[in-house]
Amino acid sequence: MLARRYPVLVEPEELLSMLNRGDHSDGGDNGVVLIDVRKEEDYMQGHIPRAVSLPLARVLESMDPRQLHMLFKRLGVDDSKHVIVYDDTFGALAARVAWALEYIGHEKVSLLSITYGRWSSLGYGIERGAGRVDQQHEGYTLADVSADHSILATYDYIQAILEGIKQLQQGKGTSTSTGKRVLLDVRERLNYLDHHIPYAVNIPWKAFTGEERILKPIEEIDALLSYRRISRDDEVIVYCGSVGTLSGLSYYALRLAGYSNVRLYARSLKEWRSLNLPVEGFKDAHYWDLSAE
Amino acid sequence: MQKHQERSIKHTHESEGGGGREQWGLPEEVTSVEEMIRLYREGKVSDDEFRRFRLQHGMYGSRLNQNYTMIRIKVPAGILYPEQLIRLAKLSEDFSIGSVHVTTRQNIQMHWVYLDDAPAVEKGLVEVGLTTREACGNTIRNVTCSPFAGVCMNEPFDVTPYAKALARFFLRNPMCQNLPRKFKFNFACCDEHSYARIADVGLVPVLKHGADGRSIRGFRVYIGGGLGPASYLAELLEEFTPEDMLLSTCMAVVRLFDRLGDREKMHRNRMRYLVHDMGFERFRELVLKERRAVEMTRSVLAKLYIREIKVDAPEMGQDAMVVELRPFNMPDGFDRWVKSNVMDQRQKGYAVVFIPLPAGDVTARQLRALAGICREFSHEGHVITTPTQGFALRWVMKSRLVELYRRLSEAGLANHGALSIASVVGCTSTTSCNLAITNAHRLAKEIRSRLIELGLDMDESLKDATIKLSGCPNSCGQHMIATIGFFGAAVRINNSLTPAYNMLLGGKVGKDSALGRVVARVPAKRIIDVILRLIDVYREERLEGESLASWIDRVLDGKGTGKIKGIDDLKPIIEEASRLPPPAEDPESYVDYGSDSRFIVRTARGECAA
Repeated sequence: MLARRYPVLVEPEELLSMLNRGDHSDGGDNGVVLIDVRKEEDYMQGHIPRAVSLPLARVLESMDPRQLHMLFKRLGVDDSKHVIVYDDTFGALAARVAWALEYIGHEKVSLLSITYGRWSSLGYGIERGAGRVDQQHEGYTLADVSADHSILATYDYIQAILEGIKQLQQGKGTSTSTGKRVLLDVRERLNYLDHHIPYAVNIPWKAFTGEERILKPIEEIDALLSYRRISRDDEVIVYCGSVGTLSGLSYYALRLAGYSNVRLYARSLKEWRSLNLPVEGFKDAHYWDLSAE
Repeated sequence: MQKHQERSIKHTHESEGGGGREQWGLPEEVTSVEEMIRLYREGKVSDDEFRRFRLQHGMYGSRLNQNYTMIRIKVPAGILYPEQLIRLAKLSEDFSIGSVHVTTRQNIQMHWVYLDDAPAVEKGLVEVGLTTREACGNTIRNVTCSPFAGVCMNEPFDVTPYAKALARFFLRNPMCQNLPRKFKFNFACCDEHSYARIADVGLVPVLKHGADGRSIRGFRVYIGGGLGPASYLAELLEEFTPEDMLLSTCMAVVRLFDRLGDREKMHRNRMRYLVHDMGFERFRELVLKERRAVEMTRSVLAKLYIREIKVDAPEMGQDAMVVELRPFNMPDGFDRWVKSNVMDQRQKGYAVVFIPLPAGDVTARQLRALAGICREFSHEGHVITTPTQGFALRWVMKSRLVELYRRLSEAGLANHGALSIASVVGCTSTTSCNLAITNAHRLAKEIRSRLIELGLDMDESLKDATIKLSGCPNSCGQHMIATIGFFGAAVRINNSLTPAYNMLLGGKVGKDSALGRVVARVPAKRIIDVILRLIDVYREERLEGESLASWIDRVLDGKGTGKIKGIDDLKPIIEEASRLPPPAEDPESYVDYGSDSRFIVRTARGECAA
């Protein structure tokens, strides 16, 4: 996979200038589609001007590339458009939606570097009401929609990796690529200690997030990964507890830091557990009782 | 004149500028932690060498899992500023379990940190002036200080500047980087609130009035105390050590311990054993002699920088005691909270507000809320960690207590019972510690909530009683100084290995410091019953106006007046309340708190001694 040509993050000032350049007399969008992935009622109460609404739940309805394609197409997304996504949930919902776009082959996608809450608290403008509704693109046909499987991990893909690690540990297999494969669990530490996919390492997703921005600066993310001896040659598979949101955000943390070989286990531990696949955990301490929650 | 010159050499009094904020951390230590972990992972330093380094930098091994570390943040005098609280919150979410633990020695601990992430944590701490340096290992540990210092009704002067100066002097000082064992200083504000007698060196402030009418500051110095498998109360070195001899006295004790302390026998190398073995009088003579040597030879640069603290708070004209407060708009629970959590401070119109935490645990969200509350309500602008594993917020205007109560309630920080029997202390035990036998941490939380549920935090007669638990004999939970103390054990009952505690009675700190006496062994799941039974018996037996703690003392002295004459009359009652049915009938009672499987003892090597 090549390095990204579109930035992972777009700053608020950049977004404003992208939206405001040129003239809008013809209803043109300057080649930008801004997507608000919060619930529809939240969108109605206020959103960034010119944003369109696409609640995350709609994106999670299907992993079928054709359906996803149709969903975005209706919002006016086509190959020429730069899509910018935001939410009010640490950037995690936006990340999952952005990832879905990449998955159907749309690489021109970025995340707004701050949440909607921060946007409005900083005094950037908002608008209320329905805004722009779905642009029905009649007559659109579902021709040759493909998916980028190089950024997705499925349970059987992970099973194969586990098998490979096991064989390697037993001295049977040989390492084929230059890098290693790292299974990265981004749930909170106590959940990870309790149970996780075998061989997974844990970096809680918050370790990638800033106090004010949805992701930490590149150097800090880079330092974290290098402390864990995860290198840019490695393939990293990220997963979280449910539907790939927190892991989606972590996916973009790695991409931001220039790690290009990253896959999202979009169905994450929720699927893994429902399939009764093996997990391991640490049982020799009562660490749950240390939590003040 | 000559006296004056001498003093100026040994001592610098400055008025506090820039808020007196100490920067304890050093950026270069982030690099050294990073480098050392890298070398260790590359196999270039030995386990022993790495362990020594790790402990020197506040990293203590996690229970039965070498991938993780506990990170202890040294908080001299327990002082934490709002930005530091916010940073602790963020670091706990990023690298730990989303909450932190306040210890009995006023430190902050982050648990289950992945060892390799330690440099990131270190960096985050140093940026806000905090350090982990010498929080563990055979060094001078956190210099603790009474949370009342500066606001105490009885204190002759505020010892906080002395505690900070002493901490500053010894931090990274070559003279204490490799002591035979850890070493602890404590500053009291007055006799009543004193923990001085359970420290290696305990210091109680005293004012002496000279013939010329001027008063001289000084300290009553206690040495050789400490809690553990064998505990001792510190003995009095001298009645009055003038402030300009404070440093040389402390240096003398440390030097003597360094020279004479036992470096071989791991379990008997705290200074209290040395003092005990040698005899206190002999040790005292050696200290005084050593002090003369220190006075003659020490560098002119070796001095304490005492920065007097000035709190920017408006003076209040009239005042009411907190217990008399009857605000017009009193919210639910306010009265109870004031009675058990708020105290008058020396300065008119201001109060100390205690924020008890269940066994010392506080979430990231609460830390952030506390930071905001501190900025808004405390005129000194910082919080203080307390020996009962909570926070104290001081210099709060009494007129704003209702508002503060509401804010604390919203954050889940207005728990009752801070200054009552419900303020139960429990070490981290099996939640994270290699030495633990039982889960004292969870049990402390359970006792606390039961006592609150029963409203016992409101009972004036129980107010001076304390309950403290440790998961092993090592006394991090300070069970030896509790009215009712417990330390973890494994006992075979009805042929089944059972989590249990040794029960102690009669411990206390303060003017009449005393160590508790072991009186019984109680299964973990019967501890709450035993405590409640004890309170029942006390209520039947007490004299008019007698508190639980005083009654226990009287019984331990064999001077009971009712049915319970002495401790031997009490023991059968405790035994009865401790009894367990066979495992088949009540399997739950044989399982520890926080566990759903058969009780087994698993421990690993402690590292305090490493």
